[in-house]
Amino acid sequence: MIEVKQITKSFGDHLVLHPIDATFSSGCVNLTIGASGSGKTVFLKSIVGLYDIDGGDIEYDGRSIMQMTNRQKIALRQEMGMIFQGAALFDSLTVEENVRFPLDMLTDMTLEERTERANFCLRRVKLTNANHLLPSEISGGMQKRVAIARAIALNPRYLFCDEPNSGLDPRTSVVIDELIMEITKEYGITTIVNTHDMNSVIGIGEHIIFIDKGVKAWEGSKDTILTDGCPELDSFIYASELMKRLRK
Amino acid sequence: MLSVIGKYFEFMWRVCSRPEKWRLYLRQIMVEINKLGVDSLGIVAIISIFVGAVITIQTAKNLDNPFIPTYTVGTASRESILLEFSSTIVCLILAGKVGSNISSEIGTMRITEQIDALEMMGINSAGYLAGPKIWAMIVSVPLLVVYSMFVGIFGGWLAGKYSGLVPSEDYIYGILYMFKPFYITYSLFKSTIFGFVIASVSSFFGYHVRGGALEVGRASTRAVVVSSIVILLLNLLITQLLL
Repeated sequence: MIEVKQITKSFGDHLVLHPIDATFSSGCVNLTIGASGSGKTVFLKSIVGLYDIDGGDIEYDGRSIMQMTNRQKIALRQEMGMIFQGAALFDSLTVEENVRFPLDMLTDMTLEERTERANFCLRRVKLTNANHLLPSEISGGMQKRVAIARAIALNPRYLFCDEPNSGLDPRTSVVIDELIMEITKEYGITTIVNTHDMNSVIGIGEHIIFIDKGVKAWEGSKDTILTDGCPELDSFIYASELMKRLRK
Repeated sequence: MLSVIGKYFEFMWRVCSRPEKWRLYLRQIMVEINKLGVDSLGIVAIISIFVGAVITIQTAKNLDNPFIPTYTVGTASRESILLEFSSTIVCLILAGKVGSNISSEIGTMRITEQIDALEMMGINSAGYLAGPKIWAMIVSVPLLVVYSMFVGIFGGWLAGKYSGLVPSEDYIYGILYMFKPFYITYSLFKSTIFGFVIASVSSFFGYHVRGGALEVGRASTRAVVVSSIVILLLNLLITQLLL
């Protein structure tokens, strides 16, 4: 479980995150939704420690990051997996080497064990026969699956996904969503997904927080999101013509 | 300006921290030596042979005097190549070729979130990316400079012989005449420092890119300009101190 307590973040004079509280449970897909520029990515990157927060605290299963030494923070990072918006695969490494990379760098496993683990993760994301291809030689959907395989290679306790469906067609998006859901349930991971894709929201949003202009404007689940009547949320959800028609 | 210098030292502090895996770190140094050093052999050879030839022809034309022995052309060419061309001018060329390569590579990794991915794994990204490049340049640049010296002197010999300005035996006698081995030490010392400057400054600018492709290009340009200026300043300082 991850508990976010009153975190704030600003860049220069611009306050991007106003004090935000949130609790993200284990074994459950938690979504952070909001329009572009609402502060979702800053929120996620602040939680994982890529941005230093200005105030507040974050607890990972009761472990406060504010009381951690740098060494402890690095050790905590090794319990996390992250899927970036653009997959962020290493260009010069093959698919298999990308997945094996965290194992190469951070474990004392033998080469055979590492290769076996990498292949297991690739099979888990249903990606076979691509081991020796470079990231530039595979499709966007495959890149996202490699990124998921790399993120789960070290058996993380926490999984973070920053717009995992961006740039993907609706069918591939569903495959990626289902994979994230399956992996979360299978390993009991605390998963936080940043998205503005309403298909993902309705498909896997067990717990959702809506961020509007750096403020948590709404919290709920996929069962209540369409009917709760929060004006900011409604203007976000029903912005597209398709959603407006569906609403009618 | 001061904040950039402060950030540079902070970056270097991170680069110098202990690698996660020594075996992989050493392997990465070998990869970088191949990429940054071995791949520069061609351009260093082409430039050295032509500049060596030009230095010899110009020196021969300027020393065209019956009271000055012909072998002086070889001696003067040797001094120019050893003291300044191979150790400084070649490093300025490497600052352009290798510096922009390092800066754009790391800068692209920054904007495509590959550096964030490394950080997320708990890996010291500055150490992993910049460290091997810096060591590779510290090892490669002095070797490239020695290579440039030989090729430059050979270029001078070719020009002297085939233009008929300096007979072969006079040129070789001049090359060996009053040779001071300290000049080699001086050149190697300079080039080691310059190799460090090129790799560390370029890595620094690449690592701190913010924005998109345009910023990567700007960072590469800044890396080359700053490396070149630092090389010229250090060249003056080291020459004043050592010669």
